[in-house]
Amino acid sequence: MESNLITENKQKNKLEKAFEILKTMASKPSGLIGLTIVLFHVVLALISPYIAPYDYKAISPNTMLLAPSAEHWFGTDSLGRDVFTRTILGGRTALTVTFFGSLIALLWGGLLGIFCGLVGGKIDDVVMRVVDAFLSIPWILAMLLIVSLLGTSTEVLIPALGFFYGKGIVRVARAATHDVIAKDFIVSARARGHSNLSIIWNEIIPNVRDAILVEGAMRWSWMLLGFSSLSFLGFGVSPPTPDWGLMISNARGLMSFAYWSVIAPIVGLSSLIIGINLTADAFAKALGIDRSTKAPV
Amino acid sequence: MNEIIESVKNLSIGFNSQKGKQISILRNVSTNIKKGETVGIVGESGSGKSTLALAMMGYIKQGLFPLKGECLFKSEDLLKMSSRQLEKIRGRKIAMIPQNAGQALTPNLKIGYQIDEALRLHTDLKKTERDKKISELLNKVRLPSPETMAFRYPHELSGGQQQRVAVAMALAGKPDLLLLDEPTTGLDVTTQAHVLELLRFIAKDTGTSMIYVSHDLGAIAQVSDRIVVMYAGEIVLEGPARKILKEPIHPYTYGLLKSIPKLSLDGLPSSMPGSQPQPGSINEGCSFYDRCNLATDHCKKNSPDLEHIKELDTNVRCFNHKELINQNNNLQTSITKKSNNSEAIEVLKLKDVSISYAKQKFFDQLFDKISDQNPTVKDINIDIKKGETIALVGESGSGKSTILKSIAGLLKTKDGQIKFENDRILSSDLKMRNPNDLRAIQLIFQNPDESLNPNHTVEQILSQPLKLYFNLSGEELKKNIIELLKKVRLGKFYMSRYPRQLSGGEKQRVAVARAFAAKPDIILCDEVTSALDVSVQAAVLNLLQQLKEDLGTTYVFVSHDLAVVRAISDRVAVLYQGRLCEIGPSQNVYKFPSHPYTEVLLGAVLEPDPDIKPKLVAEDVVEEKPPEKGCSFQGRCPRKIGNICNSEVPPWQIGENGNAIRCHINIEELASLQQ
Repeated sequence: MESNLITENKQKNKLEKAFEILKTMASKPSGLIGLTIVLFHVVLALISPYIAPYDYKAISPNTMLLAPSAEHWFGTDSLGRDVFTRTILGGRTALTVTFFGSLIALLWGGLLGIFCGLVGGKIDDVVMRVVDAFLSIPWILAMLLIVSLLGTSTEVLIPALGFFYGKGIVRVARAATHDVIAKDFIVSARARGHSNLSIIWNEIIPNVRDAILVEGAMRWSWMLLGFSSLSFLGFGVSPPTPDWGLMISNARGLMSFAYWSVIAPIVGLSSLIIGINLTADAFAKALGIDRSTKAPV
Repeated sequence: MNEIIESVKNLSIGFNSQKGKQISILRNVSTNIKKGETVGIVGESGSGKSTLALAMMGYIKQGLFPLKGECLFKSEDLLKMSSRQLEKIRGRKIAMIPQNAGQALTPNLKIGYQIDEALRLHTDLKKTERDKKISELLNKVRLPSPETMAFRYPHELSGGQQQRVAVAMALAGKPDLLLLDEPTTGLDVTTQAHVLELLRFIAKDTGTSMIYVSHDLGAIAQVSDRIVVMYAGEIVLEGPARKILKEPIHPYTYGLLKSIPKLSLDGLPSSMPGSQPQPGSINEGCSFYDRCNLATDHCKKNSPDLEHIKELDTNVRCFNHKELINQNNNLQTSITKKSNNSEAIEVLKLKDVSISYAKQKFFDQLFDKISDQNPTVKDINIDIKKGETIALVGESGSGKSTILKSIAGLLKTKDGQIKFENDRILSSDLKMRNPNDLRAIQLIFQNPDESLNPNHTVEQILSQPLKLYFNLSGEELKKNIIELLKKVRLGKFYMSRYPRQLSGGEKQRVAVARAFAAKPDIILCDEVTSALDVSVQAAVLNLLQQLKEDLGTTYVFVSHDLAVVRAISDRVAVLYQGRLCEIGPSQNVYKFPSHPYTEVLLGAVLEPDPDIKPKLVAEDVVEEKPPEKGCSFQGRCPRKIGNICNSEVPPWQIGENGNAIRCHINIEELASLQQ
């Protein structure tokens, strides 16, 4: 009975903690703006299929390259499709792919980094040289190779992006682990005879989690840019799926007289990236990782 | 002589809490510093002593601000000055010596250049005059070979030498007032004694006033003319050093003096209950009320004012100080400890243990051996009996912690064996030991801030060993945790707290509880009290002793503090440069004849008594590597007899008291020399 009470308390504490962090993030204008933008994009991605005024793939020669009007808020593109519809739907794929991609990057990069930091020695040397080797390969070339071999489905893109964006996290996680590894509580756990796995899970992860999460949030915005670049080059999602990178790529030739069809996806993409960046910054500050501000006493 | 240099009047300093409340850290502090006088400010961490000292040079830490009062330096208020005006005073009129000179000196500039910089800033001397002045200053702080010293970099100097350079830099501007913030805290005992001696000399020689801030009453006693005792942001006692130390009439000072372990006493110091109140939590009444055994209802409601006692020339903030006036004989008492050496079964044997930090060469790596002719720790032979407390003593670099790590399996030995229970050899590799051996040997660390996972609650911390060794879970686990907390005198409600919500003493108690959770046979204590305040230190020592008497645990206790070791241990082993010098029953090691190194260490111990001055016999040079041949202490030994010390390892001699000494000098001769 009593132990139940305690576990309940603990969970409540965790929720409260998360709420507290959100509150701290929103207490500064930059954090509030970032959070609002991200929230706006997420909500839009969720509800856009139900509020989209037109069919995103309906081609109509009669409505080619119309300027913004009451009927078509953001105008139409070269195939006569409604730009507003395509813009609000365009974030869906990008968000889903990059969200799961970041999750994969966080998991493999974080765990491998922590493991290398903990065991050190030869294993660490070998793994880190391999990671360095991968860091030296221009990711976009490698991505192009993968995509041309395996196709452009999300099942390919998510793990591929997750892999390429995770190798940077390995370094961050390893460095964060090195910060705590020399502390006596780890030495103490070692001396007690805990296994490496148990030390990672119980002692290290709670102390490096914050640093890795912030890094992951930053990676998310980079991955978004990377994913859109792939689409822009024609190696991302395939037409006619609405996607910002693809839309920018298609419309850029007509930019001089039909600027609307390129501006809308650009605003969508850049606002989301800025939003995520601001949020990640505020998140770091709320967790106390950011060192630019000092504690009052 | 009676000219007042600086006077602090009704100073209060505070900060705004997150809830917008004004919280004061210093409350109504008034004191005067006279010309040529050394004032010691003493208090536990958080008592506001550093805040006061910094305010005296017109500096207030970020986030804090003065609430009222003034700091008059030669009748000018430092707290109202602009930073321009302060610049002219700092360095020239008031200089500061920081706690850690190693961090205060710029690492990539030569010593001479850094002193020259101070001279250029604070004097109008020409280049040639400055050069002369530099060697003069280096001479004054008694650095060896001042001519070449100026061309050295800070990292080439030892901690004590760096501190001397800091003193030289502070003296460059010929200040009227010198501010010292824990200047000897990070130093070894012998170095500490030397630096204090230097400071005393400088105070006398230059007539500079000094403010000496420290938590260490022993150090304060050596240098101060007057002592100010701070508690919870207030001055509770102020007066001439001798009166304060010999006849403390405030219960806090009285308790503090009683909780300091002393060389002359055999038993444990008595501890003060409780801990200092947090700033802002004192509403009415005396701030010491909760911990005071003289407290009455009157103290709860009314806060006492500083009262001047004419006979003692002392100011005291206590209603009941009269009750303490004739109690000073009780200061020299201690709690006797039981030692149970009757069983005398050896649980742990170190046989010819050598440990090396040298990197393995390629071929050695292949065959997994270490070929270092001059290892950090060499030929350690110690047999540890069940239920005893054996202390390893020595300065930093003596290899005491290294030996501890090897016993715990964290560091591989080069040669020798560690035998546990019935002469079973323990592998020096952690992974090769069986879980039961791992359980039987537990570690407690120096700094509880680092040894407890900051993201775990006390419950999680204590459940780690219980889950690992005994597979406990659910109700059983919880019951055990509560029992453990009870053992270390902590309540059940501590379970849900995080380390950051605990005080230093409470954290160390949790660390002790975690070690005892494994039901160990041997506990290795690595400087477990050196990060704690004295009153807390006494409490932790008493707790460890109590647990040992109840459970029959064996302690291997590592410390640099001879007085603490004297209080807790049954047997002492003195180490220098990773070699044993002396080993024997505690009361005998503290008596002569001793090994010359033990003699040096004992001479350097600082006691909170102005009549006991440290005896400085050896130079405080630091040796980086143990000598390849002969006696380990040959480089610093004040009683060196000749070539034999350099070439031959001294033999063990067993004195009539049962302590073994490793020296070439005959033990009877040593005894007569040391009389």
